[in-house]
Amino acid sequence: MKIILTSTGRTLESEIDSRFGRAAMFILFDTESGDFEVIDNKQNLDAAQGAGIQAAQNVFNTGAKAVITGHCGPKAFAALSAAGIIVYCNATGTVQSMLEQYKNGDLKESQGADVEGHWV
Amino acid sequence: MLRDTGYKPGEDRFMKIAIASGKGGTGKTTLSVNIAQALDSPVVLLDCDVEEPNSRLFLDPKLIGEEVVNTLIPKVDPDKCNGCGACGRFCQFNAIVTFGTKPLVFSEMCHGCGGCARLCPQGAITEVENRIGLISEFSSGNIRLFQGCIDVGVAMAPPLIRALKQKIPEDGLVILDAPPGTTCPVVATLGEVDYVVLVTEPTPFGLNDLTLAVDMVRELGLPFGVIVNRVGVGDDRVQRYCERENISVLLEIPNDRAVAEAYSRGESIVESVPGYKELFAGIMDSIMADYKGGHK
Repeated sequence: MKIILTSTGRTLESEIDSRFGRAAMFILFDTESGDFEVIDNKQNLDAAQGAGIQAAQNVFNTGAKAVITGHCGPKAFAALSAAGIIVYCNATGTVQSMLEQYKNGDLKESQGADVEGHWV
Repeated sequence: MLRDTGYKPGEDRFMKIAIASGKGGTGKTTLSVNIAQALDSPVVLLDCDVEEPNSRLFLDPKLIGEEVVNTLIPKVDPDKCNGCGACGRFCQFNAIVTFGTKPLVFSEMCHGCGGCARLCPQGAITEVENRIGLISEFSSGNIRLFQGCIDVGVAMAPPLIRALKQKIPEDGLVILDAPPGTTCPVVATLGEVDYVVLVTEPTPFGLNDLTLAVDMVRELGLPFGVIVNRVGVGDDRVQRYCERENISVLLEIPNDRAVAEAYSRGESIVESVPGYKELFAGIMDSIMADYKGGHK
């Protein structure tokens, strides 16, 4: 299964990016092979609005089934839920450490957005 | 009445003058209201600062009527939708998105273009009204005031401003009190006006934001002039800039304690401070002279 982690850098040692829609990078990790791919999110980072919704579409297009991130707003959460993608908020530390927590089943599935929209 | 400037309200043409600025708090509303009050002829005043309309506070006007403004947003019929995703691929604002399933609509992102409803192959999308704000009409002496007021939580001012501008009559003088800044709501206000007055203050902040506003009106190709308000509080850098850039300074308003006191009491300056009625009425002459002079 493929999962997405929002990352500030291009390696598994990078810190998790606390933002979802405007994360610097997405790390697309394959839990079966252990391989990963880095997806630049620069275009979204500069979006005037709707970054969370666009990011959710980008995640959906990668085929990922789960997102591990710091925070997720209401529109992004609604979009990810509609796409059937599980969201884990409150991620901190490195990408690697979050992957380990995920594999150990230590992460709790988010039931809703954990922050407000950015213009409300 | 105005003197021999060639302008006669309601005659050969009408004139739409926008009062704008880069910086907030330079005196757009004060000028809009007081120019309108200084005239003896009928004038229409449009308060286009829809996020914080306050022209009416200085006029104590009579409410004539109110009108709700809506935009059209998509509504999806889930029985007709087959999840093809054409709507989501078309929308540039992520207001309607699909994930191989029925679309999700984010109404606050929608610019109301109607494209999704038109191109849906299943005819599954209709457009429904979505309230964004209110237009109120007031009357006060020679002034008919139309005020736009956007609803709390609505982020898109331009559709409301465009609806407000539908109230512009076919002839006569119209003054548009613009929002501050240089973004979409201001551009929506300035579209199709005949002349723009940029109000600034003689400070580094005033000059910085004036240059942004000048770039904007030049980009829009509109004739414009500058009014420097509160002359005496800062320096002469705004005047030097205008001279260098060949921009007409229509008027310099002194920093006058009597004006500040009238303003703080919510009073009209032309009515409560001697000498200002003539000063503000003269602005129309300066605008017409600059406009007729072919200033660009």
